[in-house]
Amino acid sequence: MQAPLARSLALAALACAAIVAARPVLADDLADIKKKGEIAIGVKAEYKPFGFRDASGQLMGFEIDIANGIAKALGVKAKFEPVQDATRLPYITQGRVDLVIATMNTTPERERTVGMIQPFYYASGASVVAPKSAHLKTWEDLRGKKVCATQGANWNKPIEEKFDPTIVAFRGMAEAQTALQNGECIAFLYGNTSIAGMLSDPTHWADYEAPLPTLNEGPWAMAVKLEEKDRPLGKAITALIAGWHKDGWFLELEKKWHLPASPWLAAEHEKFKNK
Amino acid sequence: MEAFFRHLYETTGYNFSIFYDRRDELNFVHGLGVSLELMAISLVGSLAIGIIGAWLGGMSSQLVRGSVRVYVQALRNTPPLIQLYFFFFALGSVLSVIGPNGRPMPLLSNFTWACIGLSAVAGAFNIEIFRAGIESVPRNIRDAATALGLGRTKAFFLVILPLAFRLCLPALNNNLVNLLKSTTMAYAIGVPEVLYVSAQIWSDEFNATEMMLVVLVVYAGITTALIGVMQYVERRLKVPGYGA
Repeated sequence: MQAPLARSLALAALACAAIVAARPVLADDLADIKKKGEIAIGVKAEYKPFGFRDASGQLMGFEIDIANGIAKALGVKAKFEPVQDATRLPYITQGRVDLVIATMNTTPERERTVGMIQPFYYASGASVVAPKSAHLKTWEDLRGKKVCATQGANWNKPIEEKFDPTIVAFRGMAEAQTALQNGECIAFLYGNTSIAGMLSDPTHWADYEAPLPTLNEGPWAMAVKLEEKDRPLGKAITALIAGWHKDGWFLELEKKWHLPASPWLAAEHEKFKNK
Repeated sequence: MEAFFRHLYETTGYNFSIFYDRRDELNFVHGLGVSLELMAISLVGSLAIGIIGAWLGGMSSQLVRGSVRVYVQALRNTPPLIQLYFFFFALGSVLSVIGPNGRPMPLLSNFTWACIGLSAVAGAFNIEIFRAGIESVPRNIRDAATALGLGRTKAFFLVILPLAFRLCLPALNNNLVNLLKSTTMAYAIGVPEVLYVSAQIWSDEFNATEMMLVVLVVYAGITTALIGVMQYVERRLKVPGYGA
């Protein structure tokens, strides 16, 4: 009896070790991408107006335009992989995509895991959208209340620790919005820019407001594999972003997608204009 | 233990944060509690639906039997994740009252909807499993029950069901194990069970691989425990010379 048990335990331990050890191997760099003629880019598919699908199912938005711009500049085709907040980092670390442009704030932990490209291309922070009838005045008003959110968003933990709301997180923005409209929660915790996008649509959101000041403001970064950051791929993207800050293309895109004017983006344009 | 896992992280990079980070640990333990609660409630719920459904399915009324058939087909032939979404987002928005501030107030929480959704679908399968068991009870045992003066209901609950239950235990085990595993679907409607809290932890700590491993081990442990219990029940209920 003893021997088979010991053997199966050893096997199980081996299997576990194998899973942990199966860390991603080095993948494509710029040369490989050019050889394939294709760059795999992780983008949002349900985050208006940054990455979403139009009536025909075609991906479009602020970040899709940028992604296409990068592919065009590299002389390759863009292959889009829809990602969500919780999956975009594993997609990079596992090598399923070469680049992620998916409304991602930088954090020290993320910088240790993936290669965050600088300069950044946009900036946002945490805000809430709530029905006007909830009369929210300060973040403290959320204490002990149910607040909808999306799974994996990086502000869930700090806001929960600071103001102690009961966070009910859903897979995507659409589910969280439906839950808010169904009265499952008092507010929806999300990015200020995206909330601004929501409120610009009066057919659904006329009775809602974004009453609280933006918290945890941070720049958005594109991400490549950690080791690719200082290789040709990272460097090429860095140069492209700097160029687009300089010639004002990001500001044009901001207008095109009816985003609220971002002081951060304007400041970056000024900074790069004189370089 | 805490020191060991912190050391493991610092030396190898394997980040089992739930074993040394107090907040992650609390969240994970809470998630485990929610999962167990969800499992216990939907297990009991699905068994109740199965027994009552099988009983109603054997009634003489065409209408009652037809309703049971419709229920089974509807629940069995649609994807459970979509059912859960339908219950929570569609039925949930209808089943609400207008609160004092003019906002809709849902009557049922997402946890309750998860219990209902999981019980309903596993219950539909249980009805079929019990029906198979009931149909395997020999005709002469029913006749004997009738001859003893037992009515339809009494014969069902005192004679037929206890025998049928023994016959369908292996199939029932399968379905209940499946039910335990499918409680992770509650993640989709924001119920903070094991997978939900793990996803938040790996988003913050970047330890998806480690957390996946923990989640797998936890589920393997829970289902193994259930299988153990069911095998014990099977042994205890064994009628010598009856059934396999």
